Amino acid sequence: MKLGWGSRLLSVWAGVALLFLFTPIFVIVAFSFNKPLSTYNYLWHKFSFDAWAHPFRYSQLKDAFLLSLRVALLATFISVVLGTAMALALVKYRFRGKGLINTLLVLPLTMPEVVLGFSLLTVFVAINWDRGFRTVVVAHVMFCMSYVATTVKARIRGFDWRLEDAAADLGADPWRTFTKVTFPLILPGVAAAALLCFALSLDDFIITYLNSGLKPTFPVAVWTLKRAAVPPQINVFATSVLVVGVTLALGGMALQRRSARAA
Amino acid sequence: MDGRIARRGWVPYALLAPGLAWLVLFFVVPLFSLGRKSLERGGLHNYSKVFSDNAAVIGRTFLYALAATMGALVLGYPLAYVIATRGGRAKNLLLALVVLPFFTTYLIRTIAWKVLLFGDGPVVRFLRFTHVFGRNSELLGTHWAVIGALTYNFLPFMVLPIYVSLEKIDPRLLEAGIDLYATPIATFRRVTLPLSMPGVFAGSLLTFIPAAGDFVNAELLGSDGQRMIGNIIAKNFEKDVFRPKISALSFVLMVVILSGVLLYARFLGTEDVI
Repeated sequence: MKLGWGSRLLSVWAGVALLFLFTPIFVIVAFSFNKPLSTYNYLWHKFSFDAWAHPFRYSQLKDAFLLSLRVALLATFISVVLGTAMALALVKYRFRGKGLINTLLVLPLTMPEVVLGFSLLTVFVAINWDRGFRTVVVAHVMFCMSYVATTVKARIRGFDWRLEDAAADLGADPWRTFTKVTFPLILPGVAAAALLCFALSLDDFIITYLNSGLKPTFPVAVWTLKRAAVPPQINVFATSVLVVGVTLALGGMALQRRSARAA
Repeated sequence: MDGRIARRGWVPYALLAPGLAWLVLFFVVPLFSLGRKSLERGGLHNYSKVFSDNAAVIGRTFLYALAATMGALVLGYPLAYVIATRGGRAKNLLLALVVLPFFTTYLIRTIAWKVLLFGDGPVVRFLRFTHVFGRNSELLGTHWAVIGALTYNFLPFMVLPIYVSLEKIDPRLLEAGIDLYATPIATFRRVTLPLSMPGVFAGSLLTFIPAAGDFVNAELLGSDGQRMIGNIIAKNFEKDVFRPKISALSFVLMVVILSGVLLYARFLGTEDVI
């Protein structure tokens, strides 16, 4: 089909949308190489590797980043276990109250974070839980689990569960059936959900801000620090996360393509 | 359907129990707690007070969220359409580019907008240079900055569901349209667009919800005249005296959004929301 001018305009418009998505990322990466004149890294002054050479100059950023990683790891682990179990139950079995549970799972995703975060805070205050690592992990699991369950559910719908029966008929006990048949089958979906959850946890600001107390995660530390300074070190952390994330994603895509070719 | 659906009494309940308990304790109970808190020290009076004190902010919040949703739709639908129909071998790469912003913290992306939009930044300088802007015009502290950044921040949430619904369309339907002598535009209007509506609805919700609850964009890029509901909550949540009124405000925000979601669910069913 020949592309008319209207159609070309459409492609250009899509290009504009992509450019819009990219510009801030370009700014983040570029400004990690800036040597700003003031404490605020807003104006381009001079190219420099300064911030990359001293990424940990602001120790509160480093501590917060390590805390963010710990929170994300633990929250991902708990959400993946609980969320996958829920997804399996919802896809494989028929039981009473299924519709209600599906709705309950989607509901947290339909609420603004500020409501989720603040309502959770009122509970933590009522039961006297000090805000910190524990409350942040609890909050992250709450919203991650819904994402995990919906992602895994979507990925495993339409599987041929008779494979499990076949394994059982061949004498495998339930545990062996799970590890040798079910788990490898659902693994790609679970891995995708885990990555999503890890990224969401690392990135979350609003809910965390309302529930982190004196121990800030990375985004909360940036928010607090910005009253005094926005140093290029923030950009160094962000750029590093970006590079690691993109590498992992590309690696995953390559692996998927290889296994698709092998199959 | 799912091949075979087992009926083994307790197994599904055992699988569900831990996750369900977590959801009830840390999602359902907090909502009740929020409702109770909102009635403390003043009862329903808290609500009328919240409405009269914050009428402008409440109106602005939903107006901003609506504008950002429209903006994301106008930018996002063509992008999703081009990727789905003309992506070819680059489809996965293009999709990866759409989600790339998610690999950097949303707070830092918003700070990047500040770099772009502040008085000595490139955008304002360009606008002054081309005389679109006068010497003293600013972008920071305007509706445009906040709405633009909200649009930006939630744009991928609009693109992805629309892409998914476009991708699902059977190409034979489009061929049928052509066979029946429909023009490309008529085929789009009569076949593609209606079939992509679930994606448009889902994307609109996924954009509107976080935009309505946001305070980061208004705080970083706006001034007092751009404050949203989220800003009031974020500013006062630490002090116990303010919590009843903030709870009432949160409840209002939640009810408005939930009614939108319910309306949506009536049209399309909950299974397709995500």
